[in-house]
Amino acid sequence: MAHQINNDVVLQERVLKKVQTGISGLDEITGGGIPAGRPTLVCGGPGSGKTLLSTEFIVRGITEFNEPGVFVTFEEKTEELTTNVASLGFDLQGLQSAGLLKIDHVHVDRDEIQETGEYDLEGLFIRLGHAIDTIGAKRVVLDTVESLFSGLQDRFILRAELKRLFQWLKEKQVTAIVTAEKGVDTLTREGLEEYVSDCVILLDQRVTDKIATRLLRIVKYRGSVHGTNEYPFLIDEEGLAVLPVTSLKLENTVAQERVPSGIPSLDKMLGGNGFFKGSSILVSGTSGTGKTSIAACFANEACSRGESCIYFAFEESPPQIIRNMRSIGIDLEPHVKSGLLHIHASRPTLYGLEMHLVTIHKMVKTRKPSTVIIDPVSNLTTVGTVSEVKSMLTRLMDFFQNEGITVLMTALNTPDRELDQSISSLVDTWLLLKDMETNGERNRGMYIMKSRGMKHSNQVREFVITDKGLELVDVYMGPEGILTGSARVAQQLQEETEKVLRAQAASRKEMVVERRRRVLEAKIAGLREEFESMQEELNRTYTEEDLKSEIQKDNRSRLARNRHS
Amino acid sequence: MKGKDNNGSTEYVLRLFITGASPNSARAVANLKSICETYIKDRYALEVIDVYQQRQLAKEEQIVAMPLLIIKQPLPEKRLIGDMSDMQKVLKGLGITF
Repeated sequence: MAHQINNDVVLQERVLKKVQTGISGLDEITGGGIPAGRPTLVCGGPGSGKTLLSTEFIVRGITEFNEPGVFVTFEEKTEELTTNVASLGFDLQGLQSAGLLKIDHVHVDRDEIQETGEYDLEGLFIRLGHAIDTIGAKRVVLDTVESLFSGLQDRFILRAELKRLFQWLKEKQVTAIVTAEKGVDTLTREGLEEYVSDCVILLDQRVTDKIATRLLRIVKYRGSVHGTNEYPFLIDEEGLAVLPVTSLKLENTVAQERVPSGIPSLDKMLGGNGFFKGSSILVSGTSGTGKTSIAACFANEACSRGESCIYFAFEESPPQIIRNMRSIGIDLEPHVKSGLLHIHASRPTLYGLEMHLVTIHKMVKTRKPSTVIIDPVSNLTTVGTVSEVKSMLTRLMDFFQNEGITVLMTALNTPDRELDQSISSLVDTWLLLKDMETNGERNRGMYIMKSRGMKHSNQVREFVITDKGLELVDVYMGPEGILTGSARVAQQLQEETEKVLRAQAASRKEMVVERRRRVLEAKIAGLREEFESMQEELNRTYTEEDLKSEIQKDNRSRLARNRHS
Repeated sequence: MKGKDNNGSTEYVLRLFITGASPNSARAVANLKSICETYIKDRYALEVIDVYQQRQLAKEEQIVAMPLLIIKQPLPEKRLIGDMSDMQKVLKGLGITF
């Protein structure tokens, strides 16, 4: 039993302790940082960011974790290094005066040195030891220790001494980063990975289509799980930032709330309420089908509700967008002035994909919009392959979903429809705009390819852009399929004419009936009059006869009285 | 032999940096002393410095590999590393040729 407990204690002690580098993203990938009290090898070609990564490791150690550091530079002079990283806001001079940082420039020049027999690198050990002890350093950087190989000739001694150096660093209990140049087929030119084997980070810079992408990969991390992917990273005014490709969990909360699209007829197609808040919408179509108009309309709607929106434009400049949208009755300028709408225009080729990703990240983090427009995402394929763009968008969608931001992206359909097909699985709602070419004219059609979690119309609608805004019109079904544009208008006109004609025909019939009615009524009146005069005649006859008989009766009685008198 | 016309003053100013009593250090001291006594007797000033005792010197003097001999005079300053067992190189460094 006691033995068991003892084992547990040993196990506890053996669990690898990690030290946070403070470099954004790197600690996430490594699951907490680099091994504590051990050297980590950072290798990469020239200009891959080794020096910057190590500088940031030291500076963040001091500023964020209260761990003083020693920076031994073999290539750059102290002043050069200080100047180079000053642009990133790292004040090496200040940290040095504060006694938290020691920079030592180790200079070895083959031309100045004659080798006269056996030697060792004890001088380096003494310098390093002295620096560590004076400031109580917890972090050490050796950048680039391999330079010794160009300054000193005896490789056998150097190898043995470097091996001893790394061992010595472990004994010193400092967390060290040792940088090394990448070899042709090996991680490092001089095979240092043989000696520093706990954690190896490879930095790479790849140029595709003249655009450079920086990539970071954890080649090896003894005793720890770590992400194995190549992670894009970038260097900007705040230092280095590594972006985890995806958050591995799909645990985002979702909203039931809806946001209107700005086109009432489209909302009606989407079950009457518009998109889900925090969902992603893809509007794809060939050129000139009105993608930007839909995007601008959505942005306008969000701003009109008083919400903030960022419009990332990869094709047009802000004034261009504002002018063009004004022509269809959408005025974005007041929103830009009020600060609700921020149009960020940049050429896709300005920098690599990951830089775009981070620009978007950062801007969204600072401005906290409710709605983001990316117009068009397909332009990003000029700086990356479809799969790279998809991977970037996956991360972006993830990020937006986490932040609860509704994002609308537009995508230009290429004939093979490679991009929108591949990213369509990422989005919640996919609106497809289509050219419908019939009878010598081109009209726009729109339908909802998918809309997760809501009832939506399966109808193709004609998408009409007028100077008063956007509208979706029911298309007409004709014998040869759907009718759009003039054909639809003609059909509408024809139906209207028929209606008028029908109305006219009806009123003519009515008049005839009316006339007949009047004739008949006149006849009825005549007959009634005739009948009345006949009756009158008859009455007169009756009265006369009554009178006659009375008079006769009177006469008779008078006669009788006369006779009797 | 060169430097003959120098009137006995200190022509060679040498500083040898060593690390305690390490084998390399001990050899370097012995080898250098022997060379100096043989070739530039009475014309040199040799200072042997143990860097372990003055650690800040390592940085100040830009020391990496040791033992290190800095020939301050004659100018230009020269740096020799190693246990000074390669006599030809040491002599060359001192500017002594035959």
